[in-house]
Amino acid sequence: MGRYVARRLLQMIPVFIGTTLLIFLMVNVLPGDPVRALWGDKPADPTQLAQLRHDRGLDLPLWQQYLHYMGGLFKGDFGNTIAGNRPVLDEITQAFPVSIRLASMAWVFELVVGISLGVLAGVRRGRVVDNLVTLFTLLVISVPIFVIGLGAQLFFGNQLGWVTPTVQNSESFGQLLLPAIVLGMVGLAYVARLTRTSIAENRSADYMRTAVAKGLPRGRIISRHLLRNSLIPVVTYLGTDVGALMGGAVITEGIFNVTGVGNLLFTALQRREGAVIVGIVTVLVLVYLVASLVVDLLYAVLDPRIRYA
Amino acid sequence: MRGAKSAKWVAIAGITALAATACGGSSDSGSDDGNRKIDPKGIVSYANGEPQNALQPSNTMEAYGSVVIDSLFTGLVHYNKSGDLTYENAESVKPDADNKVWTVKLKPGWKFHNGEAVTAKSYVNAWNWAADPKNGQQNSSWYRDIVGYDKVHPAKGDAKSDSMSGLKVVDDNTFTITLTDGIPYYAYKLVYSPFFPLPSGALKDPKGYGEKPVGNGPYKFKSWDHKKSIQVTAFAGYKGANKPKNGGINFKAYTQPTGAYNDLRSDNVDTMPLVPDSELANYKDDFGDRAITQDFSAINTVNPAFYTKTFKDMDVKVIQGLSMAIDRDTIAKTTFYGTRESATGWVAKGVKGYQKDACGEYCKFNPTKAKKLIKDGGGVPGNKISIQYNADQPHEAWVTAVCNSITKATGVKCVGDPKTDFQADTEVRDKKQVKSMYRSGWVLDYPFNGNFLADLYGTGVDGNKGGFSDKKFDELTKQADHAKTIDESAALYQKAEKELVNTFPGIPLWYNKINSAYSKNVKDVKFDQAGDPVLTDIQVYEKK
Repeated sequence: MGRYVARRLLQMIPVFIGTTLLIFLMVNVLPGDPVRALWGDKPADPTQLAQLRHDRGLDLPLWQQYLHYMGGLFKGDFGNTIAGNRPVLDEITQAFPVSIRLASMAWVFELVVGISLGVLAGVRRGRVVDNLVTLFTLLVISVPIFVIGLGAQLFFGNQLGWVTPTVQNSESFGQLLLPAIVLGMVGLAYVARLTRTSIAENRSADYMRTAVAKGLPRGRIISRHLLRNSLIPVVTYLGTDVGALMGGAVITEGIFNVTGVGNLLFTALQRREGAVIVGIVTVLVLVYLVASLVVDLLYAVLDPRIRYA
Repeated sequence: MRGAKSAKWVAIAGITALAATACGGSSDSGSDDGNRKIDPKGIVSYANGEPQNALQPSNTMEAYGSVVIDSLFTGLVHYNKSGDLTYENAESVKPDADNKVWTVKLKPGWKFHNGEAVTAKSYVNAWNWAADPKNGQQNSSWYRDIVGYDKVHPAKGDAKSDSMSGLKVVDDNTFTITLTDGIPYYAYKLVYSPFFPLPSGALKDPKGYGEKPVGNGPYKFKSWDHKKSIQVTAFAGYKGANKPKNGGINFKAYTQPTGAYNDLRSDNVDTMPLVPDSELANYKDDFGDRAITQDFSAINTVNPAFYTKTFKDMDVKVIQGLSMAIDRDTIAKTTFYGTRESATGWVAKGVKGYQKDACGEYCKFNPTKAKKLIKDGGGVPGNKISIQYNADQPHEAWVTAVCNSITKATGVKCVGDPKTDFQADTEVRDKKQVKSMYRSGWVLDYPFNGNFLADLYGTGVDGNKGGFSDKKFDELTKQADHAKTIDESAALYQKAEKELVNTFPGIPLWYNKINSAYSKNVKDVKFDQAGDPVLTDIQVYEKK
């Protein structure tokens, strides 16, 4: 087990370097010069342009820029933004707590509601409840997230007035509730469907018949025997979804004006703020790597037959 | 110069396009405002965004930052609705006979928010500092008319001096500006933010100052909670005429105009610069008499790239014909829901020297004549043109409409040529790689017709992206720049504008309008010619 974890951690290093390099190169390939863009559609002053490029180290060859960047990264320095020359670390440390809060609320929502719906549907396969859940998830999956988001904003915000249409304070749990539900909607549908299929399949397994024959109480059968064995695909999904929720909140955060990572990434892309984009992606890559490690380790807990040498 | 109003070049993505279909509700606006009490200490909230740079006047050109800067500072001069100069911090700004040496006299007794007196030095030192490329101020080229600028800010190599010899402090309240060449309308340029004064502390710690600016304007800086809000409060010691009628402004940061719009509908924010394009169709229903539609000095054009094979040796008749093939009125009515007005010349309304119908019949829809002109001019090579635009803003609809109009009227094939976003679009324009034509827009830098002419169509000037060049036009603008008085200069520029009919460097399309609205909590919301909100005039109702 310990060796397995160590090996996995070591594997992270090339993956980490590879992804950051890839993103770094991709940002540089994008059309549009971020320094020139500071002037909008007005003519830029060449002297000032050259000076700013030099100040931000953008006049160096690309490989030097990358080495500088990686060198800084190990010292905890994410570089500075091109516009405003602010430390990227500040931007990131401001945005991540908000996104972590939003994502974890969405995650808990999709976990609890998704698994409950899935169990309900799976246990009563073919009955009305099952059909209702299938219909609901189909609807959520097929409707784009921004339609759900804007719909919720208009209905709960503008029509009913229960909440303000946009989040006024991104640190308040209550205000983040609606965006979190919207954000968790799609994941919820997948979790419900995965759980349902898995449960429906396992219901006719031998160990289930044994458990029923032993005369165990129904609740115990479902929670200990059925659910535990059916959760592996769900856990895999929930694990990778942590990263997706963090970075994929671009649309939801945009609609509700939540100042999280998604929003930061969006504006950084518009302004071609390479250091910010690479910085965010770096952290997101770490989140993905750790989450997938945790998922793999959880397999062994759920199904003791899976062992890691 | 407002960097194209960042609010507009912040992409609106696909989200907004669909927002239109999602909202349809309307809200009535009560008209029982007559007996509501005004709270002079009330705070106005304004839908803004996070400024790009630290808050330094000479380093701020995009809309999010400049609206804050404009609230914190009052410059030497400003202008009124008819485009005439008004004196603010200056008592007078007077040129000599050649318009070369300008003497600025300050109104005495003005103070910065920290109590420091505003003197001639506050101006001269600030400008010298900002002209130095070392200090990284984006707007430094605005001092280029001043003698000695090339020493401080050379095109290549190190600076030979740290101050411009053309700036001289005479006494505490007087200084002179010597220009390399006489410009009759120079005082107009002084409206812009790089010409604001700075207190002495600003130059000692520019970085710290940029986070907590101290100005001399109607509002005093209170706090900047990055990406959330910037708050300013009314400055009690303000000596200017535009004293705030409210207690302060809360500039709220939004990343999407749709979010701001929905907050505005629910009275969570008091006003916003421009309603998102997706709401143009219904914002008047949503806000009733609280909807604002107002002129401002900006113009949209489609410009040929004269360096391309298509336009290189083209007979001007063909371009005139293309212009006549565009049904501006119908597109304004359908695509823009009547929120734009067909342009009749190259200079926007509301600036000094604006003239009606400068473009004459060539800006009127006439398919028969359009067809004939194109035929007489030898036609379009390949019988195909394209219009480049940036796809991150809602340009596609009108570009398609313009193209359809041209094709339908003349048979010339026309397609849109989208670039992913504004940055990619400007890059292609800067590198002179436009395939055929490109869309362009211009908001006034200063309210003078020369700003829309010499700065856009003069040979080799930075704003001339289409590579247009015409000796006669250059000669006329030169004459205008050497006129004795502003009025003479404006008249000569009018002559230059008339000349554009024979060369057609750009096809005028529409004058922009301010389309905005305000909440139930405030009244007297207006915008000036540059499209900026007049924040000091807004009054806040007492909370019920």
